[in-house]
Amino acid sequence: MQLFLPIAEVSVNAFLLIGIGGVVGFLSGLFGVGGGFLITPLLFFIGVPPAVAVATGANQVVASSISGVLAQLKRKAVDFRMGLVLLAGGMAGSALGIWVFRVLSAAGQVDLFVQLSYVVFLGLVGLLMLQESLRAMLRARKPGAQVRRAHVHTWVHKMPFKMKFRASGLYISVLPPMMVGAFVGFLSAVMGVGGGFIMVPAMIYLLGMPTKVVIGTSLFQIIFTTAFTTVMHAVSSQTVDMMLALLLILGGVIGAQIGAKVGVKLRADQMRVMLALLVLAVCGRVALDLVLAPDELYSIAPGSLP
Amino acid sequence: MKALLALILALFALPLCAQTEAPTEAIVAGLSQSSVSITADFSGAEIMVYGAVKRESAIPEGDPLRIVVTVQGPSAPLKVRRKDHRFGIWLNNAAVQIDSAPSFYAVATSAPLAVALSATEDLRHRITIPRAVRAVGISAEADNSPAFVEALLRIRAAEGRYVLRENSVALTQQTLFRTDIALPTALTEGDYRVRVFLTRNGKVVDRVERAIWVRKAGLERFFYQSAHQQPLLYGLASLIVAALAGWGASVMFSRFRW
Repeated sequence: MQLFLPIAEVSVNAFLLIGIGGVVGFLSGLFGVGGGFLITPLLFFIGVPPAVAVATGANQVVASSISGVLAQLKRKAVDFRMGLVLLAGGMAGSALGIWVFRVLSAAGQVDLFVQLSYVVFLGLVGLLMLQESLRAMLRARKPGAQVRRAHVHTWVHKMPFKMKFRASGLYISVLPPMMVGAFVGFLSAVMGVGGGFIMVPAMIYLLGMPTKVVIGTSLFQIIFTTAFTTVMHAVSSQTVDMMLALLLILGGVIGAQIGAKVGVKLRADQMRVMLALLVLAVCGRVALDLVLAPDELYSIAPGSLP
Repeated sequence: MKALLALILALFALPLCAQTEAPTEAIVAGLSQSSVSITADFSGAEIMVYGAVKRESAIPEGDPLRIVVTVQGPSAPLKVRRKDHRFGIWLNNAAVQIDSAPSFYAVATSAPLAVALSATEDLRHRITIPRAVRAVGISAEADNSPAFVEALLRIRAAEGRYVLRENSVALTQQTLFRTDIALPTALTEGDYRVRVFLTRNGKVVDRVERAIWVRKAGLERFFYQSAHQQPLLYGLASLIVAALAGWGASVMFSRFRW
């Protein structure tokens, strides 16, 4: 069934969109990430204009994060105080990201910037995750090997404005989580992603949060960052396509719930290797577009009156 | 059926208009529809342009009559960018501003274009695609960079936005004509200008203009207008939809234990 999208102004197959939402939702439920890093490039691929894909992608992440956080809430795995601190940084980062996005749109370099962000961040996170999870798998095979210390003191713990985060069992400065939040908020605005794939490792390795509260807290703050991003995009460039979002969400929320059920049956370290490979695959695909000579060198963008 | 209707209309039109002082040969033209609504299930539209040639005397001898039909969509300023290989990757480098280019332009003719229209008449009436596009508004900047204008024409032709269909106008007895113009799925809102030219020996004998209104309708119109007129409310509404969907799915799935 072909459907004309009112904001994107392209006609696409409705079932294809539900399918994309479903597959991405399944993966996001499986791995506990928002799935924005998959949905935005997929939307580019089926011909949705980049600006609409980024803004609508953020809207879709809101829905999948809410669905995910509700599941985590039942396990009491959300650190609200940490979430709010991350959020404060996130808002600032998101506002900055929207501004950068507009400036780059005008200069015609937004596609490049988004693509480069994808290559750099997905590549980095994918490699780190792959290395870490392979090491964990090897360690699991050798019993009696040295166990990692649960809590390591780093430079992060020497900063001022300390605060108690009871759910995470931490007493640290609010500055590092704010910076992490700001950085992820920035990415969310520019890449149309929730930023879970950066947030989760940052929380574990940089802030030293226990793994069990990480996913819930990350999702909790992603809801608000992406919600803020969605509204900002809607106001500043009118690029949120509600009809597109509805179809993606419909597929996404169902897929996410199925993914979460399947995820319980898989082993954690295997799952991390799979996620790492998936992230690297997306990174490789985007990088290929940058490196290979395009079929058509010229492109048309809406211009402004002189 | 539509052709029959056209025929009847044309026959009625002939004696009615015969009294008025007019060029020896004049066009009477109509459209199968004068408005197009873009709704959610919009998948392109086909407009039939039909009509007849009215004349007071017998058909002149010599070169036969030709018909040229053009349909032009609303124009908008554009930026054409070129990717270049820099730092090992392909990135947008040079750009040229085009003051105004039609979002859609179709030409249909009853004979090969070169036969139906002379170059001077094309220049005067701006009929062929490159002429029409250049006429609307090419900045000095773009004038000096023909590669960019060619790229614009090439990309739009590949998208089905700029169409030239020679010999697609059926002309019967040098009097009745009809053609179908397909409007693509990705259609821009606005007024579409339809022009019908009557030519003989490559010279324009008569011309008429009609308009088609293309508007978003129903849900499409609602979404588009609210996104542009109430952006904040629209943004908040899309959040509420997302929140309800996320919450709804989690409630639904916690009911079904499986």
